[in-house]
Amino acid sequence: MSVLLSARGLRIAFGGLKAADGIDLDVMEGEFLAIIGPNGAGKTTFINMTTGYLRPQAGSITYDGRPILGMKPRRIVRAGIARSFQLPQLFTEHTVLENAALAIAAREGLWSPLAPLLRRRFRAEAEELLDRFGLLPLAGRRADALNEGARKLADIAMAVALRPRLLLMDEPTSGVASAEKMAVVETLARVLRQSRVTAVFVEHDMDVVARFADRVAVWGQGKIMALGPPEQILNDPAVLRDVIGIAPREGSHAAA
Amino acid sequence: MSRTTEILLALAAAALVLLLAWAVPWLRFVLTIALAKGLAVLGILLLLRAGQVSFGHALFLAFAAYAVAFGASTIPEALILLPLAAIGAALLGLVIGLFVVRYREIFFGMLNLALSMVFYSLLEKFYAITHGTDGIRLPPITFAGQTLGSEAQGWAMLVLALVLALGFGALVRTYLASPMGQALAGIKTREARLEFMGASGRSVLLAAYVLSALMAGAGGAVLAMTSRHVTPALAYWTASGELVFIAILGGAGSVFGPFLGAVAYELTRVYAAALVADAWQMILGMVLLLVILFAPGGLWGMGRALLARRRAA
Ligand SMILES: Nc1ncnc2c1ncn2[C@@H]1O[C@H](COP(=O)(O)OP(=O)(O)O)[C@@H](O)[C@H]1O
Ligand SMILES: [Mg+2]
Repeated sequence: MSVLLSARGLRIAFGGLKAADGIDLDVMEGEFLAIIGPNGAGKTTFINMTTGYLRPQAGSITYDGRPILGMKPRRIVRAGIARSFQLPQLFTEHTVLENAALAIAAREGLWSPLAPLLRRRFRAEAEELLDRFGLLPLAGRRADALNEGARKLADIAMAVALRPRLLLMDEPTSGVASAEKMAVVETLARVLRQSRVTAVFVEHDMDVVARFADRVAVWGQGKIMALGPPEQILNDPAVLRDVIGIAPREGSHAAA
Repeated sequence: MSRTTEILLALAAAALVLLLAWAVPWLRFVLTIALAKGLAVLGILLLLRAGQVSFGHALFLAFAAYAVAFGASTIPEALILLPLAAIGAALLGLVIGLFVVRYREIFFGMLNLALSMVFYSLLEKFYAITHGTDGIRLPPITFAGQTLGSEAQGWAMLVLALVLALGFGALVRTYLASPMGQALAGIKTREARLEFMGASGRSVLLAAYVLSALMAGAGGAVLAMTSRHVTPALAYWTASGELVFIAILGGAGSVFGPFLGAVAYELTRVYAAALVADAWQMILGMVLLLVILFAPGGLWGMGRALLARRRAA
């Protein structure tokens, strides 16, 4: 397996607060890497640096062997890295279908003179995409009329619509009702595996992590405290105490 | 409303305009001016989709009007002057746009205002070239090579204005439904997401800005050739305010709004000026107040609601 994304020595501080304090991480092509850790550990900051939204004060990031630091977010997207957001970022006055179709159109190039003629194709693809996420019944709703779980899914669907090679998801299951959570992640994982997408996801639900992550990185105070397969990390007493103690494993007694 | 309905409605409205101009001859001039302004207002509507209001768009209208006035002595042909002036306005829109699309909301609005006032004072100050507030009177121009009498010229300008209104109306409608138009509306609600879809909000706004300048330029050219006299007042900030006023009066929800608004505005102005010369501004203010309070969809929105109610009954 080859390295797809490689971060070295990333540092960033906000005031005196170190949100990244020497992050070294390799993401392997094809893997699902979970990032866990308490709130404020710097998980979102890592995604923000990787997608060009924040520029680290030191360090380097290479994607597919090329340095991407300093590139504009839109160029990084064009290079193949898409992201979804902890707080869904939807076009609130557009319908869910229009949101998805717009992401598809953006992938194909808004400026293409053919774009106005391909509207129907974009909509058809958007419908297919929403169907895979179980969002088709909501396709005609305005994005601001959705509940949080559906907004979250629509947000991810828009990132998937870009056909990225690497997808970064910030708490994809927060806001999704716990009864639906596993089914939703199951669907998502299937979609990503089918299209051979490498995924990094920030997750608080340890059941989801245990089930879907190939590797787990534990974030704490801007550092990676531990990195390894879920069997090892999720049974590490220090991790259990420091991380899972803060975000208890939901329904773990029932699963046990 | 389906596309066929809209096309039929547009053609019916065009026929009504011609009929009115034929039945009431002095209306021909008023209607031509209204359509010319409607073209500029169509540009305001485009920017409104992105949630941005330009308080300086009369700049592009005035620029094209002066371009026609200056060009008429060298190339006295309407069908060449008009596209040249409109393209000139679009190029100016590109240059100014590269600067103003970096700003949003009040800053966007005020920068447009500021630039239009700079242009206004240039027109006013360089008397040797522009004749200051006296303005420039247009020499006679031909229409498709024909030297027309004033009657035929008036009809030609009205038909030209109608063709432009129909053409640009259809173009803007298609544009708004296209991905570029959808992205334009996305600027209003979540511009940052565009960047994370690999697109640039600024370029999306710039494209709309250039198109809006092109349409304002086409309107300005028609205005100049119809009134045959251009003055710096065309670029004054109240002229820009008038365009925004008409956009709200007509309604920003459809490409019909700007033209409906412009015709209503010009007709009211003519009648109000004749009946209650001093109260014109007050009437204007009251109408705007009523529209904002009771008909935020503008005249077009009101008309649509009435139609829907009748169909339901
Ligand atoms: N743009 C920013 N400006 C200032 N402080 C920030 C910014 N982004 C993140 N922070 C701070 O950095 C710390 C890490 O934030 P974040 O990466 O969002 O944590 P996590 O996602 O792990 O909960 C937090 O204390 C947060 O307040
Ligand atoms: Mg976070």
